[in-house]
Amino acid sequence: MATKSLKAKGNELAESNKQLDILNGGIFAEGELPFFKDKINEIGHFPLRPKKLEILQINVGYMCNQVCEHCHVDAGPDRKEIMTRETMAQCIEIIRNTGAHTLDLTGGAPEMNPDFRWFVEEAAKAGIKDFIVRSNLTIIRANKKYYDLPDFFKKHNVHVISSMPHYTRGKTDKQRGDGVFDKSIKALQELNARGYGMPDSSLRLDLVYNPSGAYLPGDQMALEADFKKALKEDFDIQFHNLFAITNLPIARFLDYLIASENYEDYMYSLVEAYNPAAVENVMCTNTISISWDGWIYDCDFNQMLDLKVASKVKHIKDYNEDLLNDRNIIISQHCYGCTAGAGSSCQGTVA
Amino acid sequence: MADSYYDPKDLRKFGKISEWSEELGTKFFDYYGAVFKEGALSAREKSLIALAVSHVVKCPYCIDAYTKDGLQKGITKEEMMEAVHAGAAIESGATLVHGVQMMNKYDKLSM
Repeated sequence: MATKSLKAKGNELAESNKQLDILNGGIFAEGELPFFKDKINEIGHFPLRPKKLEILQINVGYMCNQVCEHCHVDAGPDRKEIMTRETMAQCIEIIRNTGAHTLDLTGGAPEMNPDFRWFVEEAAKAGIKDFIVRSNLTIIRANKKYYDLPDFFKKHNVHVISSMPHYTRGKTDKQRGDGVFDKSIKALQELNARGYGMPDSSLRLDLVYNPSGAYLPGDQMALEADFKKALKEDFDIQFHNLFAITNLPIARFLDYLIASENYEDYMYSLVEAYNPAAVENVMCTNTISISWDGWIYDCDFNQMLDLKVASKVKHIKDYNEDLLNDRNIIISQHCYGCTAGAGSSCQGTVA
Repeated sequence: MADSYYDPKDLRKFGKISEWSEELGTKFFDYYGAVFKEGALSAREKSLIALAVSHVVKCPYCIDAYTKDGLQKGITKEEMMEAVHAGAAIESGATLVHGVQMMNKYDKLSM
């Protein structure tokens, strides 16, 4: 189990250009596997272009109470990059005027940002249809000051999306740290007690499943049925949907793949599972990602690779949605993660 | 040529068998794909059967493939090991049940 971020350890993979060297080199440069660009060119999708903007994803900082093995953000308690209230205020302005129907707050653990509650209160007033907070669950039980988060979420009608790698203790704790499973169960029960995740409840509670290792997620519906059955029978917990998300080969997951000598096999699996139908709805075509310091990216993964949008509008201070939507999306070999099998996005499968 | 009989990387090339006989290769892979779809048995149940059989036929490629398939389907290691034991029990039972033949022959030949 990791205890520090790659950045704090001085690991060279904390550098985005080192990660890109790996993704662009090796088996791809040698021609063993095709470049993502060539695959999407075959179906007329290169350059990849945005469709209508639907989701505004804002990363309010990389600080987190957990140090998960697979984290593409390389988040952890030692990460100090968090969004200031000034940048949040700029985001609120964008939320007020955007054509997007969904606001998706992520991190790190977004709740650890000292201005998180202010931001949620202001954003909730800004008139967005679906307001998501990606909560890691354990934060709700991490400290007394967070115990009332379920009530706070309910008050602002926040749609909670939480990570839950497995319905068994062993697998969950191995990926996310000792005690994470029990705390997550307790947090889910707290959310259920407020009405979150109950059948027919308008308080949405969805779970995210990431494989705990060098393999792709199985069928989302089958996994959802297994999770629902096990969590209900064992803990009387209910939730709405399960999103099966593929781990993309960047940051800590890339470090794990290389260290465990799984990198090549994993890339083969991703390329083998390439599904042209998933390209059509890949999330960067309807989402933009904003970082803690206001830069704009095609997705949260490109954010972590420091690949800013290929647009004149690169920062929220110059925000112009029409101009921004007229751009080519930046791609590399990590993008195979979003087009494998039924596809993968922050909202689950896409094909 | 590799200097050993099994190379894990050969599993990736499985699909190439169709290149030397497209008709039969295609028929095989279509059949294979159909077998493992959800049916009267779930894909999850069939994955566990495949894992057990992989051990019984001692196919290292199949063991790699169906361990990974099981992980993808959220199958736990306890379930996987029980499946392997089910295969092993049948295999050892198949050996031991021949003991009856031995006993029969012994009795027939003995006065």
